[in-house]
Amino acid sequence: MSKQRDLNTLPAQDLEPVAVGGLLHRRIFLQGGGLAAAAFAAPGLAPGIARAESLDVPAWTKNPEGYFTGYGAPSRFEADVQRGPIGDQNPLYASGPGGIRAPIHALEGMITPNGLHFEITHNGIPDIDPDAHRLVIHGLVDRPLSFSLDALSRYPMTSRISFVECAGNSGALVRPTAVPGNAQTLHGLVSCAEWTGVSLAVLLAEAGVDPKAKWLLAEAADPSSVSRSIPIEKAMDDVMIALYQNGERIRPSNGYPMRLLVPGYQGNMNVKWLRQLKLTEAPMQTRYETSRYSLLLDGGRVAQYKFQLDAKSVIVRPSPGMGMRGPGLYEISGIAWSGAGKVRKVEVSADGGQSWAEAALSEPVLSKALTRFRMPWRWDGGPAVLQSRVTDESGYEQPTREKLIAERGQKNFYHCNCITSWAVDAEGGVAHVYA
Amino acid sequence: MFTLKNAAVIGVVFALGACGEQGASENASAESEAAAPKPVAEGPNLGVAVSHEDIAAWDIAIGPDGTNLPPGGASAAEAKDLYIEQCASCHGMDGEGGVADRLVGGIGSLASDMPVKTVGSYWPYATTLFDFIRRAMPLNAPQSLTDDQVYGLSAYILFMNGLVAEDQRMDAESLPAVEMPNQAAFFQVYPGNLE
Repeated sequence: MSKQRDLNTLPAQDLEPVAVGGLLHRRIFLQGGGLAAAAFAAPGLAPGIARAESLDVPAWTKNPEGYFTGYGAPSRFEADVQRGPIGDQNPLYASGPGGIRAPIHALEGMITPNGLHFEITHNGIPDIDPDAHRLVIHGLVDRPLSFSLDALSRYPMTSRISFVECAGNSGALVRPTAVPGNAQTLHGLVSCAEWTGVSLAVLLAEAGVDPKAKWLLAEAADPSSVSRSIPIEKAMDDVMIALYQNGERIRPSNGYPMRLLVPGYQGNMNVKWLRQLKLTEAPMQTRYETSRYSLLLDGGRVAQYKFQLDAKSVIVRPSPGMGMRGPGLYEISGIAWSGAGKVRKVEVSADGGQSWAEAALSEPVLSKALTRFRMPWRWDGGPAVLQSRVTDESGYEQPTREKLIAERGQKNFYHCNCITSWAVDAEGGVAHVYA
Repeated sequence: MFTLKNAAVIGVVFALGACGEQGASENASAESEAAAPKPVAEGPNLGVAVSHEDIAAWDIAIGPDGTNLPPGGASAAEAKDLYIEQCASCHGMDGEGGVADRLVGGIGSLASDMPVKTVGSYWPYATTLFDFIRRAMPLNAPQSLTDDQVYGLSAYILFMNGLVAEDQRMDAESLPAVEMPNQAAFFQVYPGNLE
């Protein structure tokens, strides 16, 4: 028996705006698909009243031509869902330093497919023979040890779903004028996957940690030998030698055959192609923790070893290039995350931050993982400015752009986690603005 | 073998096969004096012992106090031709930058409205220069330079920034002693968070 109800039977308050600009109560998501479907129909019309075109039996129903492949690929009709390179210096298929952004506007849920996970490389992607690769743990340990991939594969495994985000993600928002970007080009240096591997604490126990060791230096086997200092407390807490990403071996571009997963910390610290961990008394002041990934503040002071990625959210639908098609009910969809833990709530504004309404969060809501939020919105066809604002479980609230700049200035683009504004015009177009 | 000595350092041991963090075993009480944040699963102990000699080619990280700097040395004057040959095409003849980072100048500019970040104006430690050049430069042939060449290029970049004399030899003693103008501007956020 259908539970579907039309708008005439909805409790009146369910379709009352909860904030200016047509934002509706998230409750409509909680009462079953029928109710939500009804709410999303055109105002004043019963569901299903729009008339479909006459339906022929299509060719793909009549021609059994599909075949198996050893490794699947997306539909050819999804060919435009692609990662996009950063700037002109890093085109696709070029080697050397560069990066590539995830098409977050085109994805749903919380997991980034492996072929679309963002990448930053500091000198290309090494072609590592897993049988010849070694992970060495040395420095301030009782027993310097070397591990093969085969050996690590026999250790107890753990899995966790975790985001990885480049510390430079969203950095364009510190610029004086709003760049004409979209969700991918502005915020696409974040992705989320299920990572499986060996808890670093297990390997450190085997090597025997000297009590003098307060840090460890993680180094990659790539042609930049990227190295980052990581506090020993973090290493003991939730750091993993990740071997698998979303169930399959990590791909070369994301660190094959093993990478460090340092949940909630700067993406660069999640050292890919991990080959050694050297335990030290103090941080090593490497290039990627001095010249890069440090924050030049107003007055000339430099904030170094700011590791945690603070709470951020962004609406991905609608967003620039993903506009509206006429007035009516829409679902606003976006992602939120925090390096401090779980997302507690996400609020959405349709009037540039004047009024806010709480969005629904899709389960599961996991610590240091992307969280999907959704908000029903009846667009009246007029101009609007959409924003989202996350609060994490520590109580930290995503700052406005003005607040972040007031605190940190505009000479630094790392750790930019301020609120993003999307302006919707009367034609349904969406553009990045400062509100 | 996995020993209780390990457990004292790391935390509480529990048997392989126990379920998550609820599986703390009877060893927990024996080690209760250890301020252990989390139980640690026991592994199969498949790590192979390595000596310092075994890992010498990998153990190239240089500490900010000069720890682990190798023997050898060179001056800026000795490295000028090498800089032009190996570095100038990307970093500019005078370190002014190009397709790669600017290396020279900007000292004193960081508090202004037009900060210029270079090795001279921004980097807090001269040792980082040696560490990075040796492990990662030149971009098309990393780890192809000799230690003397790396000392020389470090000296040349510091010389172009006016931080050492042209004939001043950079080695394991002198390089860590170079005073970098911006070092005092750096402060460590961790374990705080700069919110």
